This record gives sequence, structure tokens and C-alpha cells, in this order.
Amino acid sequence: MPTEYFLQHIWLIPLFPLATAFLMLLIGRQLPNKAVSVLCVGSVGVSFVYSAGAFLQLIARPVEQRVAEVVLFDWVPAGPFQTAGGVVKDFVAEWGLLLDPLSAVMILVVTGVGFLIHFYSIGYMGHEGGYYRFFGYMNLFMFSMLTLVMANNLLLMFVGWEGVGLCSYLLIGFYFLRKSAADAGKKAFIVNRIGDAGFLLGIFLIISLFGTVKFTELSPLIAAGGATTSQMTAIALLLFVGATGKSAQIPLYVWLPDAMEGPTPVSALIHAATMVTAGVYMVVRNNAIYQQAPMAMETVAIIGALTAIFAASMGLVQNDIKRVLAYSTISQLGYMFLACGVGAYIAGIFHLMTHAFFKALLFLGSGSVIHAMSGEQDMRKMGALWTKIPTTAKTMFVGALAIAGIPPLAGFFSKDEILWKTFSREGELFFKLLWVTGAITAAMTAFYMFRLVNMTFFGKSRVDHEVEHHIHESPRTMTYVLVALAALSVIGGWVGIPAALGGGNQFEHFLAPVIAGQGGEAHAAAGVAEAHHDPMEYLLMVVSVALALGGIWLARFLYVQRAELPERMAASWKGLYQLLYRKYYMDEIYDAVFVNRTKDLGTTLSAFDATVIDGIGVDGAAWFTRFTSKISIWWDTWIVDGLVNLTAIVVRMMSYPTRLVQTGVVGNYALLIVLGLLFLLGYSLRNPVQNLLQNVLR
Amino acid sequence: MSLDQIFFYFFGGIAILGAVLTVTRRNPVHSAVFLITALLATAGIFLLQRAEFLFAAQIILYVGGIMVLFIFVIMLVDIDVALRRVQFTRQRWVALLLALVLGAQVALALWMGRAGFRLPPARPASTEGNTELIGRVLFQSYMLPFEIASILLLVALVGAVMMAKRKT
Amino acid sequence: MIPTSHYLFLSLMMLTVGIIGVLTRRNVIIILMSIELILNAVNINLVAFSRHFGTVDGQIFALFVITAAAAEAAVGLGIIIAFFRNRETVLADEMDLLKW
Repeated sequence: MPTEYFLQHIWLIPLFPLATAFLMLLIGRQLPNKAVSVLCVGSVGVSFVYSAGAFLQLIARPVEQRVAEVVLFDWVPAGPFQTAGGVVKDFVAEWGLLLDPLSAVMILVVTGVGFLIHFYSIGYMGHEGGYYRFFGYMNLFMFSMLTLVMANNLLLMFVGWEGVGLCSYLLIGFYFLRKSAADAGKKAFIVNRIGDAGFLLGIFLIISLFGTVKFTELSPLIAAGGATTSQMTAIALLLFVGATGKSAQIPLYVWLPDAMEGPTPVSALIHAATMVTAGVYMVVRNNAIYQQAPMAMETVAIIGALTAIFAASMGLVQNDIKRVLAYSTISQLGYMFLACGVGAYIAGIFHLMTHAFFKALLFLGSGSVIHAMSGEQDMRKMGALWTKIPTTAKTMFVGALAIAGIPPLAGFFSKDEILWKTFSREGELFFKLLWVTGAITAAMTAFYMFRLVNMTFFGKSRVDHEVEHHIHESPRTMTYVLVALAALSVIGGWVGIPAALGGGNQFEHFLAPVIAGQGGEAHAAAGVAEAHHDPMEYLLMVVSVALALGGIWLARFLYVQRAELPERMAASWKGLYQLLYRKYYMDEIYDAVFVNRTKDLGTTLSAFDATVIDGIGVDGAAWFTRFTSKISIWWDTWIVDGLVNLTAIVVRMMSYPTRLVQTGVVGNYALLIVLGLLFLLGYSLRNPVQNLLQNVLR
Repeated sequence: MSLDQIFFYFFGGIAILGAVLTVTRRNPVHSAVFLITALLATAGIFLLQRAEFLFAAQIILYVGGIMVLFIFVIMLVDIDVALRRVQFTRQRWVALLLALVLGAQVALALWMGRAGFRLPPARPASTEGNTELIGRVLFQSYMLPFEIASILLLVALVGAVMMAKRKT
Repeated sequence: MIPTSHYLFLSLMMLTVGIIGVLTRRNVIIILMSIELILNAVNINLVAFSRHFGTVDGQIFALFVITAAAAEAAVGLGIIIAFFRNRETVLADEMDLLKW
């Protein structure tokens, strides 16, 4: 195998799952489940091997050379294009794949966690109908996601972006015979679309200002100051609109809770570990643009923080186990955007990675619980399952610890990094407020997570008798994955242990070249500056752990020791409880303001079409045709035929006197002959007669 | 007043008189008789012109042949009914006017060219007689018209017989 | 000597009378006779000019005119007889079957 084999063949990574997805499309129906499993899960596994190989070969290179690009073909060779600044560039969008530290991290997460989830699905979806369809869609999703993260230009990234949106729709509505599932799929796709519009506008602005969409070409252009701050802010905000749609931030988050209609592995893969993180990836990939637009970054930070606390508040009172996890996902995504907004891009990606581990674990664990409970998802009907499904319970406990941010699990390091970077940004009260928001959210996270754990596994059993008999641990294919993910949740954060705690923070060093202005010497300088450890950092760490422990204690108090309290609290603070339970009525508000208004517009336009267009256009055209035909008829009858008739009438008129000449009497004819002779003679004699008359008259 | 003039005015007068009477008589038999006198006077005119053969031919053919034919037909046709009817057409005054105008036109033409119609130029008398001359010229130069005329007569002969035959 | 113009005027007068006869009379036999008058007038004219120019062609022509007159009179009278047998009339005014 030649050196750098994997780096040269990164283009195969998305193609393996694409090939099996295509295979499923063609002959999936005829294949037995076992063949489908081997093919589809195997292709993702092979992709993971290639990703790992590419990663290893990448870090074998020196730091400055850690960029590998493979261009498959020129996809849009549009030709000469004049940018807004008057420069003429040869615009070409390639189908090209880029491997740098950022995309390396992403493909490892996507293929790794993706492989585990595929493996889990063999057991989970084993008894479902449409087995091949599920895996076909999942593989198609893997292809789209990998294209998204490996694209070397914005247009190809958008292709992947749309592809994952499509697969999300297909998989959410997997049980399409259920109306709620079909509606949820539509909702996801439509809300996503709104974000995509913003994303596209941002891409167009970039093209018009810089004449290129390729990342390696854009960074030097942006660094050289190719556009004004307001232009950069516009681009950054437009791109962020796309991110809010894909990553479920305010205001386009409403689809994610409904997306839980899909099978649990779908929720785990798409709506926890990978697709929803595409927005974060996109912002980090374009960090050069964001760094030139401070106002946009502030906006991103505010929205991230608000979303985090907003979603966490709704997660406090949900009763469906998957819903809690959905709101938790939205909230954690808010953390990632908060990180990007304050400039801690690498921290955001770090949290992305750790979140993928423990959120996937939590979702798959909940799937295992639901599987054991014969389909029951309401936590009010669970309880005391610890002894009955021990592996699931223990792994979920680990996941909950991780997300709560208890050291030394993964979640602690990543979340703490974000909070520290937020707090330590120089400047105003603004950042401190953001930190406070993040801290409160951390407390809430710990609380609702352990509320979930306690309601599900501890306390008194509220399980239905029928269901109770069938409770059983999930098959090994599922539990092995849970254990693997639990392990990752524990050790996953250890690549990013900050210097303050004596770690090497290899993660940050690895990703530093991706951030504009932090490559090479700048990073070293920052590292030196960091060598002095701010005591605040330690204080904040202690505070966040304390908050987490506090949340856990409260959850235990309310849901294990004094289990009757929550109901009493809900009853006494009915208004607040209802507000949270009904998700701040956001869905209803959106329905009334946007959805129904759009439907009304549709109705109005349809009525317009029926009356005006059809009326004027079609009926009007018909009336007009009849009208003109009437004119034609009149014209034809009176003018054209009239002329013909006129000729006949004239002839008849002239014939009346003329035929009277035909008296039949020969004498008359003789007279006429003489008359003619007279004229002839007169004509030939005209000159002499004239002379004679002149002579006579003179 | 030379003899020529006397004869001219005599024959001419009779010719005109006969013509006028021909067209004005009620009885067709009278008209025929006056036509005969007009024709005879015309023959006399011919004789004055030294056209002896024509003088004879006129009398034999015209008077002796055609006018006899006329008389026969007048007899065949019942004239009594016609005698009692109006003799002149309704267009008589117009016709009269037109004929007179026509005559005036030709007279004008003749009058204006009368200088060219003076006395015929003197010519040495020919040694040949008129009849011989006509006979010679007729059968030499005008052979074709002669033959055609004979065919014409044949056709007229057949035609007259056909027309007048009783269709039984 | 009689100037040729005298003969021409004579011929003209006879012609005029003949035309008046053709146009004015109702009796078709008299119309035919008037036609004979016209032909005679022509003959006088022809002979006058024959005399004027000293040639005999005029007289030959006049001879043929007589021939034609004979033929025409024969056929014409035949027609009159045939018509009279059918319609019992010799008046031209009443022979108006070809009227409008």
C-alpha cells in the first residue's frame, strides 16, 4: 500500500455507504435481512476504517502540511465571473473533498458513531418492516453527511446539507402510515428549508464578493480584507440562518422535538450526533468570516445561550423519554453555538464530539428501555427498572453523568471549556451574563437528566402489569454498542484536558490551524500566554461541578425520595407548569402566525386562480374568442358576402334597363346599327366638322 | 342643257321618286311596282355611264328575277290583314331623324371632297366593247370571285327551297 | 358631262331613302325592298367611280352585288314565307319572340 494511501482515497469514504444505499434502492427488497445488515453496516464500517487511516496519515504529516485535497471533477465550471469589486475570476465549483484537522475530526465522529448506531439498528429494527429501506436511507444519510463535512467548497457542502435534510425527512417519516410521523417529517423539511434559503443567500453574497466558493481560496481573500464589515456581517448572519434551521436553534428549532416520531436510531444518529451538528461545523468552517463580523458573532452567542436555557426549561417537565432528550439536544447545540459566538470555535467542536458520544448513548439507551417496555415511552409509566435491565441502566447512568458535566467524564471538559472561554472573554458584562445563562442551563441539564434516570430506573415501579411481564434486556448487538459508547463518554474528553488541569489539550492544538489567526506562531504565542493559569478558571470549574451535583441531588430528592412532590408543585404552579409543558405554546404561535397565514395565502391564491385567472384568462379568452368570431361573422356576412352580393345586385340593376334593349323587334336593332354607324362617321369627321363650325361661328 | 344632263335628271328623278314611293305605299304590290320603276331608272343611269352590260343585267336580273320573286311572295303572303294595320313603326320619327343626320354626314363628306369628283378625266375610247371587256376581266382576273358567287347562288337556291318548303 | 359628284349625291339620296324605309316600315316585305334600294344605291356609286377612274372593276363589283342581292332576296323571302306559315303575320313588330 503506497504511503498516504488513505489520504489519496478520502473520496471513497462517502462512496461506500452511497454504493450500499444505491444497492438497497435497486435490489434491497429481495435481499434477506442478514445480507442487508452485512452490506449496509459493513460499508459504514469500511468508511470508518478509511477515515481512521486518513486521520493517522494526516497527523503523520508536519503541522503546517495537514491539508489533503482530492478533486474528483469540475462540477460547475461556470467560467469568467465579475465580482462586485470588479475583479474578473474564473468561477469553478469542484466536486472536491478536503481533509484537514476539522474535517478529520468530523469524519471520525460521523463514521465512528454512525457505525455503532448502524450496528445497534440491526437489533433494534430487526423485527420491523422495511428493514432494507431503513438501512438504505441511513446509508444515504451517511453519504450526504460525509459529503457535507468533507466538501472543499460551499456549494458541495450545500449538496450534502440538502441531502441530510432529505434523509432526515425520509427517516423521520419512516413509519409513514402514521399521520403524526408523516407530519413531523414534513415539518422538519419545511423548517429546514427556511434556513436553507438564508444559507443560499449567504453563498450568493460570497460568490458575488469573492468570486469563489472554495475554502482554501476564500481564507486568504478574507484575511486580505476583501469586503467591508457590514458585508461580512450580512454573510455571517445569512449563513447562521441556515445553521439555525439545520441545528435547531431559535427560531427554527420546532421540528426537532417532533422528529422523535422516527425510529430511535434515527434520533440518535441524525438528531443528536451528526446532522444537527452540521450547523456548528459550517460556522466553524467559515470562522474566518465570523471573525471579521463581531456583531454576527455576538448574535450567534446570544441565540446559542438563549436556545440553551430555553430548551432546557422545556425539558424539565416533559414526560416522553425521547422528548426530554430532544430538548436536551437543542440545549446542548445552543452551547456549541455559544462557544462559536465567543470565539471558542475549537471548544464548540470539542463539545460536538463529546455530545455525539453521550447523546447517542442516551438515545440508544432510551431505545433499549422502550424496547424492553414493549413500546412504552412515557416515563410516568416506568420506574425501578435498574435491576431489570441492568446494562441499559448502567450505561445510561454513565451518559447522564457525562452530560451533567461530572469530571472526569467527557462532558465536563468540553462544557467547562466553553463556559471558561465565555467568562474569560475580555470586555463587558455581556459575556458574564452569557456565562450565567450557561451555568444555569448546566444546572438544569443535570436536573432534568437525572430526573429522567430516576423516573425510569429508580423509585417505585409504575409499570403496567401487562408490560411488566415482558421486560427483558436488549440483545447483545444493542448492549455492546451501549457499552462502547459509555466507554467513549468516559474517555472521550481526555484529548482535550486543558492546560490548567495539567493536560496537554491535544485537541486544541490539533484543530488550531483551522482557525483563522491561530495557526502556527500565533497559536504558540497564545499558548505561552495561557501558561499563566487564571485562578478564575479553577473557581469556575468548581462552580460548574457544584451546580451539576446540585442538580443531581435535587432530581434525586424530587423523584426518588419525595416522589409525590413534583405533582404537588405542578399543581400549585399550574400556570408556569403549563407554560413549560406546552412548550411556551411556540408551536401554536407558529401555526397561527406562519403556517395558517401561508395556508390562507394558498387559499386566496387558489381562489384568485379560479376566479381571476380562470375567469379572465380562460373564460375571458373564450368570451373574447366568441366575441371576435361574432365580429368575423358580421364581417363575413355583411362585408365580404355583401361585396359579392353587391356585385350581383349591381349587375341585376344594370341588367334591368339593359335587357329592355332586347325588344326582339328587328327594326329596333336596325336602328341601333344606324346609330352606331352615325357615331363612327361622326368620329371620323370630327376635325372637318370642328373646322366648319369654327368657320361658321366666326 | 346638254343631253347628258337631261337624261341624268330624268333618270335620277324617277329613281328618287320611285324610291320614295316604294317606302311610303301601303299596299306592298304598289311598293313593288314603284321599286321596279326605280330599278329601271337605275338601269338608265347605268346606261348613261356607258355600262351597257350592267344596264342589261340590272333589268334582267333585278327586275326580271328578283322583283318577280317579290311579287310571288307578296301573293303567297296574306296581305289583307296587314293592309289594315298601321304601316309605320313606332320609332319612325327617331329613325327619320337619324337617317337624315346620317345622310347629312355623308353629304358633308362628299361636299368637302367635291373638288375631287369633278369631271372624269378624258380618256381615249377603248376599242373593246363594254360587254367584251367585262367578260374578259370577269373570267380572267375575277375568276375566283365568280366561282364563289356561283356557290353562293347554289347555297341560296338550296336555302330558299328549304325555307319555303312545306314541312309535311 | 355630268360630274361624278352628281351621281354620288344621287346614290346618297337613294341610300337615305332606303335606310328610312328599313327603319320605318313594319311590313317586312317592304323592308326587304328597301334593302334592295340600298343595294342599288351602292351599285350607282360603284358604277360612278368605275366611270371616274376608267376601270371596269366597279362594274364587276356591281355585278356581284346584284348576285348577292338575288341570293339574299331569295333566302329572305323563303324565311318570310316560313314565318308567315307559323305566325300568320308579316309585320316586323310582331316578330318579337326573342325579346326579353
